[in-house]
Amino acid sequence: MSESPDVKVAPWTGPQRPYDILKEGTIALVVVAILTIGLAIVFSSPDDPQVTVQQWSTKAPIDFAQTALSELNGTSGTAQYGAPYNTASPGQKLGPFTLAKWLGATIPVNTVRDFVIDPLTDQPPTPTLSAALAQWKGAGAGQRTAWLDAYTKASSKMTFANGTVSVPTTAAGPVPVMINSLEQMARSGALDQALVTQSGFYTSNYTLPLLFLADGSYLGDLAQQRHLLGSQWGMMNETGSYPGQAWLWLYTFWYQIPPFSTSTNADVEVSAVMALLSVLLLLVPFIPGLRSIPRWTRVYRLIWRDHYRSQSA
Amino acid sequence: MSSTEIDRQWTTRLRHRLTRRLPPEKVLPDTQPAYVASWIYVFGVTTLSALGVVILSGFILALKGPQWWHVSGVGHFVNSLHLWSVEIFFFAMVIHLWSKYFMAAWRGGRSLTWVTGVVTFLVSIATAFTGYVSQTNFDSQWISTQAKDGINSTGVGSFFNVLNFGQMLMWHIVLLPLVAVLLTALHVVMVRAKGVVPPFEDKPSEEKLLREKEEAR
Ligand code: HEM
Repeated sequence: MSESPDVKVAPWTGPQRPYDILKEGTIALVVVAILTIGLAIVFSSPDDPQVTVQQWSTKAPIDFAQTALSELNGTSGTAQYGAPYNTASPGQKLGPFTLAKWLGATIPVNTVRDFVIDPLTDQPPTPTLSAALAQWKGAGAGQRTAWLDAYTKASSKMTFANGTVSVPTTAAGPVPVMINSLEQMARSGALDQALVTQSGFYTSNYTLPLLFLADGSYLGDLAQQRHLLGSQWGMMNETGSYPGQAWLWLYTFWYQIPPFSTSTNADVEVSAVMALLSVLLLLVPFIPGLRSIPRWTRVYRLIWRDHYRSQSA
Repeated sequence: MSSTEIDRQWTTRLRHRLTRRLPPEKVLPDTQPAYVASWIYVFGVTTLSALGVVILSGFILALKGPQWWHVSGVGHFVNSLHLWSVEIFFFAMVIHLWSKYFMAAWRGGRSLTWVTGVVTFLVSIATAFTGYVSQTNFDSQWISTQAKDGINSTGVGSFFNVLNFGQMLMWHIVLLPLVAVLLTALHVVMVRAKGVVPPFEDKPSEEKLLREKEEAR
């Protein structure tokens, strides 16, 4: 056992004073309860309503249709994500370690099937939609790519009028009908349901609709108006002028500075830095130097001011 | 049965250990060392009290289910109580943490008190986070879709899916609070068992030595 004054301390043999620990505890509880009630009355708490796919496709129909296209042609964030959703990318690296990839695609998401084909197939069939889906399902990979390429090329001229998405191309096979049908489905609210009920009646898992929403610009635009972006220290904020998760300040801080602010592996690097710092904090009592700072800085003289004053008297 | 046989029983041994380590006058003391006289000691018990209010307001929210507070004025108020007690809890805990650091309160065999404190701090952060993503409103949609990238990048996302509301709610109202409360209980019991850490034994200051010399003359 070390004899360092940062580790050892002689048991106290000095004077004691009366102290009613239960009374102090009760007073503290009452004070905290009153303070909480006061803060709740004065400041309330934020509750901005949830965004639905219906609202998104109604307010920003083009953004929705473009996002649906990106799920079909494999350019969306989710489609290219990698683990845990798919194997499209190796994911982030911590030096030579691809942690996410090693743990694998345990929450499989196939953007074509899950976001477009399955929901459309669940719709009450109309002759046009049934024909389009049959054409899609009967086509080979090369044919599908050709249709998608044609649609994607023309999609910069996408318009939305009279409730219909149009793109000036005739070479896209069933894709225009599929995108437009998905748009109608979304605007009716049916897509919100279809995305969560793929595993049955009861549901508590919103992975699919949240990924779909996050692939579009609409959710991010709303967040930006509320100052919630990562570059706006968003992780620790919440809607309105509330303190939010202020204790995440250090975690959020790393994202704002180089090398993390420009790194493509920022998430895993910041996580590693925070894990390391947490271990250091945990082991402070055992780390020479770190555990001596309190003795060197002598802040304790302030904390135990009365004690030292009475000692020197 | 011989008395040595009784002494060797697990139950007897546990009782002896507990009564030796935690005699009633340590669990519920009526005096404290004279140095326990600083406003900084308030923050430990404030953290504990705030945790109590957090749990209590959480219980009331649980009675009515996760969506109640969107549609009821009373529910919204209870949610505000829950939010603000959490803010007080973290505020007090962080001051408590730094004060214990600058008191080097791990001295004299108290390192495990520090370690349980830090683990409780980390578990509390995880608990609060799962609460933020279980709100079923815009905040939870945005926070979960943002946080997924950080968590997925470490591989943890493979089994801890922040977009799965049911899973997050379970972690928030069962698993993590249970761990946080158990750790807190352990933490406080350890403080009681060890007593409050004494101040550094400073060598008498030069002033004092000078004064003593003058007095002697
Ligand atoms: C749920 C969170 C926590 C609660 C409810 C809590 C509560 C308490 C209470 C009531 C005390 C005794 C009174 C006092 O000295 O203030 C105490 C002591 C202590 N706490 Fe905590 N604490 C928490 C978190 C932490 C953290 C995060 C740390 C440090 C990393 C920490 C380190 C300590 C230490 C080292 C002591 C012993 C103090 C001494 O002997 O003077 N605690 N805690």
